[in-house]
Amino acid sequence: MARATKASTKTGKGADTGVNASRETLLKYYRDMLLIRRFEERAGQLYGMGLIGGFCHLYIGQEAIAVGMEAIRKPGDQIITGYRDHGHMLAAGMESREVMAELTGRAGGSSKGKGGSMHMFSTEAGFYGGHGIVGAQVSLGTGLALANKYRDNGNVAFTYFGDGAANQGQVYESFNMAELWSLPVVYVVENNQYAMGTSIERSAAETRLHKRGASFRIPGVEVDGMDVEAVAAAGAEAAEQARSGKGPFILEMKTYRYRGHSMSDPAKYRTKEEVDEVKKTRDPIDHLREKLDAAKVGEDELKTIDAEVKRIVADAAEFARTSPEPEPSELYTDVYLEAAE
Amino acid sequence: MTDILMPALSPTMEEGTLAKWHVKVGDTVKAGDVIAEIETDKATMEVEAVDEGVIEALLIDAGTEEVKVNTPIARLSGDDEAPAPKAEAPKAEAKAAEKPKAPEPSDDGEGPAPVLPKKALKDPEIPEGTKMVTITVRDALRDAMAEEMRRDEKVFLMGEEVAQYQGAYKVSRELLQEFGERRVIDTPITEHGFAGLGVGAAMAGLKPIVEFMTWNFGMQAIDQIINSAAKTLYMSGGQIKSSIVFRGPNGAASRVGAQHSQDYSAWYGQIPGLKVVAPYDAADAKGLLKAAIRDPNPVVFLEHEMMYGVEFDIPDVEDWIVPIGKAKIRREGADVTITAHSRMVGLALKAAEELAAEGIEAEVIDLRTIRPLDHETIVESVKKTNRIVCAEEGWGPMGVGAEIVARVIEHAFDYLDAPPARVHQEDVPLPYAANLEALSLPSVEKIVKAAKAVCYK
Repeated sequence: MARATKASTKTGKGADTGVNASRETLLKYYRDMLLIRRFEERAGQLYGMGLIGGFCHLYIGQEAIAVGMEAIRKPGDQIITGYRDHGHMLAAGMESREVMAELTGRAGGSSKGKGGSMHMFSTEAGFYGGHGIVGAQVSLGTGLALANKYRDNGNVAFTYFGDGAANQGQVYESFNMAELWSLPVVYVVENNQYAMGTSIERSAAETRLHKRGASFRIPGVEVDGMDVEAVAAAGAEAAEQARSGKGPFILEMKTYRYRGHSMSDPAKYRTKEEVDEVKKTRDPIDHLREKLDAAKVGEDELKTIDAEVKRIVADAAEFARTSPEPEPSELYTDVYLEAAE
Repeated sequence: MTDILMPALSPTMEEGTLAKWHVKVGDTVKAGDVIAEIETDKATMEVEAVDEGVIEALLIDAGTEEVKVNTPIARLSGDDEAPAPKAEAPKAEAKAAEKPKAPEPSDDGEGPAPVLPKKALKDPEIPEGTKMVTITVRDALRDAMAEEMRRDEKVFLMGEEVAQYQGAYKVSRELLQEFGERRVIDTPITEHGFAGLGVGAAMAGLKPIVEFMTWNFGMQAIDQIINSAAKTLYMSGGQIKSSIVFRGPNGAASRVGAQHSQDYSAWYGQIPGLKVVAPYDAADAKGLLKAAIRDPNPVVFLEHEMMYGVEFDIPDVEDWIVPIGKAKIRREGADVTITAHSRMVGLALKAAEELAAEGIEAEVIDLRTIRPLDHETIVESVKKTNRIVCAEEGWGPMGVGAEIVARVIEHAFDYLDAPPARVHQEDVPLPYAANLEALSLPSVEKIVKAAKAVCYK
């Protein structure tokens, strides 16, 4: 089995802002997006084999958002999202092995196997979950921003939610407080058009979600969420606004998920043609490849990256398969922290 | 060479029909290509290739029913650099017989899950000659917050009307003046939202005190208290803590009707990951709130509006802290044990006086903490009195009394000389009319009656 060094399984930091991205930045985007896609495909396979249980929501199609936003994140900035979280975790720099092993519910998982697909965290990576209740992460993320302001640390909380969560009441309670108190939070709406099986047209009176902050005076813009450079550029502006004390900003990322809502969703509420059309004309990785071509990146260079990603994912899958289940004694740990004397 | 296996397409699928092949032998496929359609009892799903290669063989014909999950359905040739992991029966099944081994139920009576370390909890010593000062429960709570805010910069208070208005019940009086608006934060009327912000700030390492104007309004925020605050430490494998106090008045006030009069002790008392505290007097209110603020876990702190203005003596010592998880025997007696918490303790003590006049000596136990429940103290008392009455302001079914009775039966069954009795609110929403409200709520008379009944007098 191929080995992956610790460093190589991380997406890491250090990319440019995305505006007029350098060749290196483009290559890094490519690698990180491809890692997410291949990782998710493999997760789907492991699910099919019964190695992953319960719910499993794949990020395929939306990779440009997590990767583009990561490029403009500064040390100490936090990320929080809902249950479609594997892509964000990989982008934030969590180990592929730990994420995959959490999916299989093993001791080597990032939550020791006790969280599962929807509940993973890494304080080290600034990743605050991984939340299974639709919309709850919006209040929590706004609270992370409150802590940033309280500490005056100059950090921003990137708070992700989907078009489905955009109709939850607590989102607007949070918007109100975020603007009222000028909290450093960037709300990133991943509008993939479907809240489980309900299209946005069928669930939202105002489908332009970047305008949903208007009654709170929160500015928002629509962004092509299938274009990693556009994501990074918009993210940089929004983060700058939040960081400079001007309060929250909403980025509506227009995107699309290729797979069903979860593994058990056949996605019959949309046509095959619709999905194929997006894959053919808007795929974020294909789109980036065109830019790489233009930047004179050769096929060989990409093949090397492909092989590296393949190795990392195979290694993660092997680790996730062979890592032992958590010790029975873990059942009772992490319920409470012991109070200091 | 890679075998493509019959996939499971839902958490419960064991077999399905291979409805259709989208590829034939000799086709080249790459990751993401649809290769087949599978029918389950719920839906038809497409199967995508994960590996690249050439289809070498289709092992199961289209139309075959009852194909078991993980049966090889096709063979793919191609580079073996990254083979699909071998399908192994998920470990959980193989190990099904091997039940998770709980630490042996110990005779400390905590049952099978001692998730909190057992320590000998002791109330603070009150040195000989310590001056006692008289203080209301309201000011005791206020002083607790002020002292902890002075001690730890990470502690702050947020809630409706806590700052400029000085608290809807004046519990946060003068905190704004001392600590400023950064640390004493007026929120909009938006319990769900600000509770979530509080938990988020706690996850980031601050120590918020979130005040609900009453716990009735806190019901709007119950998802954040339970799903976010209580469960995340566990779900994160110990990484994300929420050191946060949710506090406010709980239970029935007076003539405020059903929506403003509910006791949430039993609700929150059921949740692993939460601590639940409900003090009676000023000393406990102060000492327990200070302990709650310092506690690294989320604490639900249940106050009582009718107790805010009641005065008690409190020892004038520096840093008065009362440990969470320890009940207090308020009155000793040999004939019957009465348990109570919060305002009910006062009623139980009055009932004990009336009972004493009739020759029955009641032992009154103030629970103080609902979770973790100090049932050792209760069980020891019952071993002495052989009788128990559980008084609480909330409803009876699935209530605090129900839990206490269950534990007494588990741990002191042979000591009981009478069936345990419960005194609680009648099983109706609390009525507004004065006479009906009085009929509905537990009272001294009801406690006396129950105590006499278990004493067969």
